[in-house]
Amino acid sequence: MNTLINVRGLAKTFVLHHRDEARIPVLENVSLDVAAGECVALAGPSGAGKSTLLRCLYGNYLASAGSIRIRHEGRWVDLARATPRDILAVRRKSLGYVSQFLRVIPRVSTLDVVAEPLRELGTDAAAARERAAELLDRLHLPQRLWSLPPATFSGGEQQRVNIARGLIAEKPVLLLDEPTASLDVANAGRVAQLVDEARQRGAAVVGIFHDPAIRDRLATRLFAVEAQLLELAA
Amino acid sequence: MNPLLRVEGLSKRFGEHIGCADVGFDLYPGEVLAVVGESGSGKSTLLKLLSTRLAADAGHVRYQITGRGLVDLAELSEAERRWLLRTDWGFVEQNPRDGLRMNVSAGANVGERLMATGARHYGQIRATASDWLARVELDPARLDELPTGFSGGMQQRLQIARNLVTRPRLVFMDEPTAGLDVSVQARLLDLMRELVTDLGLAAVIVTHDLAVARLLGHRLLVMRRGRVVETGLTDQVLDDPQHPYTQLLVSSVLQV
Ligand SMILES: Nc1ncnc2c1ncn2[C@@H]1O[C@H](COP(=O)(O)OP(=O)(O)OP(=O)(O)O)[C@@H](O)[C@H]1O
Ligand SMILES: [Mg+2]
Repeated sequence: MNTLINVRGLAKTFVLHHRDEARIPVLENVSLDVAAGECVALAGPSGAGKSTLLRCLYGNYLASAGSIRIRHEGRWVDLARATPRDILAVRRKSLGYVSQFLRVIPRVSTLDVVAEPLRELGTDAAAARERAAELLDRLHLPQRLWSLPPATFSGGEQQRVNIARGLIAEKPVLLLDEPTASLDVANAGRVAQLVDEARQRGAAVVGIFHDPAIRDRLATRLFAVEAQLLELAA
Repeated sequence: MNPLLRVEGLSKRFGEHIGCADVGFDLYPGEVLAVVGESGSGKSTLLKLLSTRLAADAGHVRYQITGRGLVDLAELSEAERRWLLRTDWGFVEQNPRDGLRMNVSAGANVGERLMATGARHYGQIRATASDWLARVELDPARLDELPTGFSGGMQQRLQIARNLVTRPRLVFMDEPTAGLDVSVQARLLDLMRELVTDLGLAAVIVTHDLAVARLLGHRLLVMRRGRVVETGLTDQVLDDPQHPYTQLLVSSVLQV
């Protein structure tokens, strides 16, 4: 098995210094391996820590304990210990994350927002835009929107832009936080199709899918994220 | 890869007041470091120390000089420091009037730095200056106008052109978007983001605006009372701040 994600003993506790030092334990001793060609769906009730786990896997949240190793250029990089420079290098090449909401960059056109991850890998502008156009087309984003910045788009339109941006560079590890949450059935199906293709070409996918139909279609395995007992400081 | 800049134990006092205390970090080629913190936290002092405009009480700033390795800036001659500041470095001031020469034309403002690197051919200098005006979205037809007639946003873009025309390896920026209208800020930010990426610049950007830090910075340094209280990957520090001061800073803005 070609393991691309290797998590051991991951813990995450938030400490809120201005709320009487409240401690919020969210993840405790999480271990998880994900291989190329797998799609692991995180399962658990609201607040269980699914998004927290995903953000830790991206290096966006700092692990309180444990290791988060991601396969990058033939070696392991532990995001819990890596320097910012190394984390950025892993993200650029090996690790993609589709957040629930698009963070809009002022003035940049949709086509360029989508093309950017490819450009970062050295693809020239024309080729990157061409690929972006193909993806947006497959996601049925109306062509008249492509030259506009996505700031004014509807939730579902922004989400599709976000997905296209997340998939374009074909990174080996993909993290998806509810990629179809704001989409109608037809559009959700198109997104699912692209995610499935990414998995079939060998990506290791970890996702949160609230829609059971989408989850059943995409997931090769479920991973239960259990809510930790809250032990709030007095 | 070797760092471009290595800072160790940098400290400066102004009488009883602490300007900077024991600041250290490495900056790599192409890396953008954003320095955030409330006003008076020592951000601008740090920038002045880094760019040798102010002498430190203690500590070292070392810079990678081609062929010489990391050189302690305190050991450079005055001429060498001036050469660095004019060609290999850029410094974008908060107030463009401090960074531009207001009594010479826009074209001369850009051309001047080129001449410092040895350019002599008038036609070529003019052509390059004109290109750079276009690059920062200023009308090249205004090449011969004085910057006094430009708006604040235009002056700031001209200052950026003046600094980048020599293709510096390192740029310092002090609150580059402060004092501009929000709509003008967005344009400037987008432009800076594009230029920094295209030119592979390393930069230290001081800002009190966390949105600016998020958009431009790869890495964040949070300062309080002259000290670095937290440092790390920009989105990690902003989304999962560890230090009480950073938590306060992040929670006091609406959304970044
Ligand atoms: N940056 C943060 N700072 C403090 N607490 C946080 C932070 N992020 C998440 N939490 C807390 O961690 C817990 C788990 O949240 P998380 O968003 O991971 O849940 P989830 O399983 O994704 O839920 P949902 O299904 O509702 O999206 C919650 O109690 C939340 O308040
Ligand atoms: Mg969630």
